[in-house]
Amino acid sequence: MLTLFALCLWVLVLLAAVAVPLGRHARAGLVLHAGCLIASLGFVAVALGVLLTGEPVESQPLPFGPPWAPTRLGLDGLSAWFLLLLGIAGSAASLFAMDDGASGHPLPPRALPPFPLFLAGMALTLAATDAFLLLFGFELMSLASWALVAAEHERPENRAAARLYLGFAVLAGACLVPAFGLLAGSAGALDFAAMRAAPPEGWRAAAVLLLGLLGAGAKAGLVPLHAWLPLAHPAAPSHVSALMSGAMTKIALYVLARLLLDLCGPAQPSWWGVPLLVLGAASALLGALRANLEDDAKTLLACSTIENVGLITIGLGLALAFRGADLGPLAALAAGAALLHALNHGVFKTGLFLMAGAVLHGAGSRRLDRLGGLIHAMPVTALAALIGVAAAASLPPLSGFASEWLLLQALLAGWRVSDIGFQVLAAAGAAVAAMAAALAAAAMLRFFGLVFLGRPRSPRGAGAREAPIFERAALLLPAGLTVLLGLFPGFVLGLAAPALQGLVGPVIRVPARGTWLAAGEGATGYAPLVIALLLALLLGITWMLVRRRSPAATARGPVWNCGFVEPPPHLPFGDPLTQPGAAGIAQPLRRMLGESLLRAGETVDMPAPGETRPGHYAAGFTDPSGPLLLAPVARLRDRIAAEADRLRHLTIRRCLSLSFATLVGLLALLAWLEAR
Amino acid sequence: MQVFGAILTQLLHLLLMLAAAPLLLGVTRWLKARLMGRRGASPLQPLRDLDKLLRKRPVLAENASIVSEAAPYVAFAACLLAAALVPSFSHGMAFAPFADLILLAGLLALARMALALAGMDVGTAFGGLGAAREMSFAAFAEPALLLSVLNFTILAGNTNLDLIAATFRDGALGLRVSLGLAAMAMLAVAIAENGRIPVDNPSTHLELTMVHEAMLLESSGRHLALWDYGAALRLTLWLSLIAAIFVPFGAAPAGSGPLAWAIGLLAWLLKMGVLCLALAWFESAIAKMRVFRVPEFLGAALLLALLGAALLFVSTGLA
Repeated sequence: MLTLFALCLWVLVLLAAVAVPLGRHARAGLVLHAGCLIASLGFVAVALGVLLTGEPVESQPLPFGPPWAPTRLGLDGLSAWFLLLLGIAGSAASLFAMDDGASGHPLPPRALPPFPLFLAGMALTLAATDAFLLLFGFELMSLASWALVAAEHERPENRAAARLYLGFAVLAGACLVPAFGLLAGSAGALDFAAMRAAPPEGWRAAAVLLLGLLGAGAKAGLVPLHAWLPLAHPAAPSHVSALMSGAMTKIALYVLARLLLDLCGPAQPSWWGVPLLVLGAASALLGALRANLEDDAKTLLACSTIENVGLITIGLGLALAFRGADLGPLAALAAGAALLHALNHGVFKTGLFLMAGAVLHGAGSRRLDRLGGLIHAMPVTALAALIGVAAAASLPPLSGFASEWLLLQALLAGWRVSDIGFQVLAAAGAAVAAMAAALAAAAMLRFFGLVFLGRPRSPRGAGAREAPIFERAALLLPAGLTVLLGLFPGFVLGLAAPALQGLVGPVIRVPARGTWLAAGEGATGYAPLVIALLLALLLGITWMLVRRRSPAATARGPVWNCGFVEPPPHLPFGDPLTQPGAAGIAQPLRRMLGESLLRAGETVDMPAPGETRPGHYAAGFTDPSGPLLLAPVARLRDRIAAEADRLRHLTIRRCLSLSFATLVGLLALLAWLEAR
Repeated sequence: MQVFGAILTQLLHLLLMLAAAPLLLGVTRWLKARLMGRRGASPLQPLRDLDKLLRKRPVLAENASIVSEAAPYVAFAACLLAAALVPSFSHGMAFAPFADLILLAGLLALARMALALAGMDVGTAFGGLGAAREMSFAAFAEPALLLSVLNFTILAGNTNLDLIAATFRDGALGLRVSLGLAAMAMLAVAIAENGRIPVDNPSTHLELTMVHEAMLLESSGRHLALWDYGAALRLTLWLSLIAAIFVPFGAAPAGSGPLAWAIGLLAWLLKMGVLCLALAWFESAIAKMRVFRVPEFLGAALLLALLGAALLFVSTGLA
């Protein structure tokens, strides 16, 4: 099985190498992404193989890595689960990109080689059985995705996004390396098995928790380290943003879960879950609220990713807390919710980002205020979007609701930890998760309603055409999977049993009964298949009875709109002012929540009576991470740069003595280290 | 007998809900009119309206899509399924194992989403306005609802409606302050979810103040009938839900036979009558509030439910 995995990795690396000379060839994109599609399908096959057998696999030592610690490839339940997600997201993204030339928006040749490397980096991170290979894969993933974010660097906002992204990637690396270093101990045992055998204690454990949260959180987009996500995801080409949002943030969460739940051992105290719970809840709320205020389709989806990453982190935090309090079944419930939501979100968000790409290709814009009425021109895209949107809004019987149901059940069981502080925290977390779900529904309604419903808002949007064949296939693949994952969450969670064992130790039972999800012994359950069948049955009966009563077909007429006058003939799509825009739909939530949480504001510049200039309305908000985190860091950077600048003005004597002093200092340090 | 009774009561319950929904709405309107000193239309008026509308064909705007055609059926089916899950005259019905409170919230969210999508379908000003407001209210109602559910979960150990009702019916819990707080939170959520005064005015004629009705301005004929019927079902289901949780007495076991069912039906009708009277009195006594005051109203409900949960934490911690 690992042979197949290694073969797929090699294919990806070879594709990247071949893409450099052949990048300018007309069909290079088609061939390259077809290769990526095959490799991704290979990942799916390998992951399913490992999950079905439930046995971890490990390879011979590789001729590669640090001399004192041989590295091996290996997959256990946890990494196979995330590999499954990577394979699905990678297949859809590669399939989408095969239409490269046909959509009239060919990718620049420089965007071709990093894509297979990005996939390979993520796969390598998952297949690592030691810290060296994991960090190598993680950095490969960061670097390749940075190259993809910067691929369209002609536009200044993309350059700024790429710079910020690189900064956060460096921060992630700079935190994860010492975190694994602390786990490895003084012996330098990079092997995961050795780390598990000697779990950290005391200040070391706390430092690992902090560094892991900073490092993996920066890559996953957890508040307060989320500032890069709404900028970088839209900057990349659509299939890459799909992969970044669907898979890469999950790889970061995998590293977080591996580090905190697996490598630090099962004996960590219950309060370890608290920082994850708090950060997750903050991310869920902030992401969902921002998604309601953004007016760029991809930025909106990126904010919704922050929300979902937050929800998954809540699940992981609850699993840690329950495990620390010796509540095994509840820990399995929470961890199951986190794993299921990771998969579900990865699938539907991949689909939604690809849909945003198809809309960009077909209707020429990502801005909600330039789209509208696309359901008539792009029916297949609209269908796929509707499924994705309904899943993201966590509506039954789709996949988003199944995992959200499990997560809410875990949160509602938070009071079983007998510590009143945690109980109140879990109750607040439940309220925040419910609010985030409702906010996500509002954001998704706004997104779908503005893009696909209503009237066109620009001539280019009115001339939209349906996506080409591969793009349509790439949209329908995640949409179909979303329905399947929603109808059979019990089976899917059964598949995750080996992964659950990796997270919470030998599981008593997976929180599922057949196709049902079950919150525990004798507790309530959720049977999506039955609910879907009942809904379909009631729908059919209602339709039949109503149509028997009134068999006449629907008539069509001019829009009523409370008797509003007909638009003048020079406005073929009706008066644009009578159709609500992105800012208008966002207005209630901006005033109700945005003003207090995001310092949102509106300014109206109304001309005086008699003046002929147009009035202006502007609405905006400030993400708290800007003034509270990014601005101080930028000031610090400027001050350090100014200080360092003074070195250039030193005399030659001072320069020489400075280098001599450095040399002496380093030698002294070496001597002291040798003497210990 | 047990299985047969469960299936039979489920079917009877479904028919009861379908029959009672327009009547409850009519009775509430009539009571409200009487309380305000008007004569009021007959309680049967909603039934007549539905009957008339159901026979008419709908007129859709020229640019309406399949969403306008399908949404009324989806929303109605979701409301009907939700109503089928909430027990009325009997407990232990065939769908009882699925009657999960979170699923109930999900089904209502499905109906709400279908309504909001239909409101945005033709791109009119009021449809979008109503959709945005409706979804924003939900963002405050859902946390309050979930925290009320948390209170029940702590007391009954479950989120299944039937099991919660069974636990509360035993009476072993006695009167709890937390349950009172949760009841107030649930009532506030019910008012918001059904678009009643003070959150929304169901009989308004001023478009700018509409929330729920604003999304229906474009629908007509059988579509409008389905929307109205769905809204009536939702009101019935919420009243029934509150009765099933807080006054679960009198409901007959599913396998107990027609006489017990009739007694259960009488008890249910009594509870519904009292709740309708209370709703009508409350609506007559209070004015509609500004849209941007609604978060405060629902925020108070959220805090009440959280207070109830905190009291339970303290009391279970001492015990």
